[in-house]
Amino acid sequence: MADFDVNVRGVGSVNIIDLKGYLDAHTAPDLENAFNGLIEDQKFKVVVNFDDLNYISSAGLGVFMAYVETIRENKGDIKFSNMKENVYNIFDLLGFPMLYEFYPEENDAIKKFDELG
Amino acid sequence: MADKKHKFEKELVVKSSTDNLSSIRDFIRNLADNAEISSETTGKIILAVDEACTNVVKHAYKYSPEGEIKIKVKVAGNKFTITIIDEGAYFNPEQVPEPDIKEYHKQRRVGGLGMFLMKKLMDEVTYTSLPKRKNQVVMVKYF
Repeated sequence: MADFDVNVRGVGSVNIIDLKGYLDAHTAPDLENAFNGLIEDQKFKVVVNFDDLNYISSAGLGVFMAYVETIRENKGDIKFSNMKENVYNIFDLLGFPMLYEFYPEENDAIKKFDELG
Repeated sequence: MADKKHKFEKELVVKSSTDNLSSIRDFIRNLADNAEISSETTGKIILAVDEACTNVVKHAYKYSPEGEIKIKVKVAGNKFTITIIDEGAYFNPEQVPEPDIKEYHKQRRVGGLGMFLMKKLMDEVTYTSLPKRKNQVVMVKYF
């Protein structure tokens, strides 16, 4: 069984998605559910915290690509934080750094949302 | 330089379910460890195999879990070869042009990224159709 967990929590007006374990084609639907829930609740300021994520495949990256436009159309964003180097390298190979913001720490990403109001 | 004289072959057959991706990754990791491959290179091989098997589940078997995926690993010297065979519908992702990543993000297209990653991560990726309606992809990584 794939070891994966997704948890959503709020910090002020920002919503944090904590990812843990292995994000692949089998576990990506759990992350889609988390995004569906946030969009349903009109919560569009999203930080994805990768601190406990060990592995990602293109199925996982595809989830962000599938939701980012809807979220940005609603004046929100998906920002990434606390990514391990091996995970970042995959985002880099697929060109994410030109289109998404990456932060070393969750707080930096939250601050960025707060600055914009 | 370590003396790289490993030579062995192993095979794993699993049903075509994404549920099995984690055991496929464990299988590859163990063999890469036996071959004393660096953790960075092992990570690349594991992801490429995951992407190839995900493609088989999605495109060859269209998410039917009844199909079989055969994964053969051969290590000889500094060459790590993975052969993945399925008996699902014919598909050859090599015929799909390499994605323009910027366009992909714009169009929210997700398909094709796996193949793109496989080619980036491995030294050789070759798709072939075998007799009896089988698809085969052979991937090679030198270490």
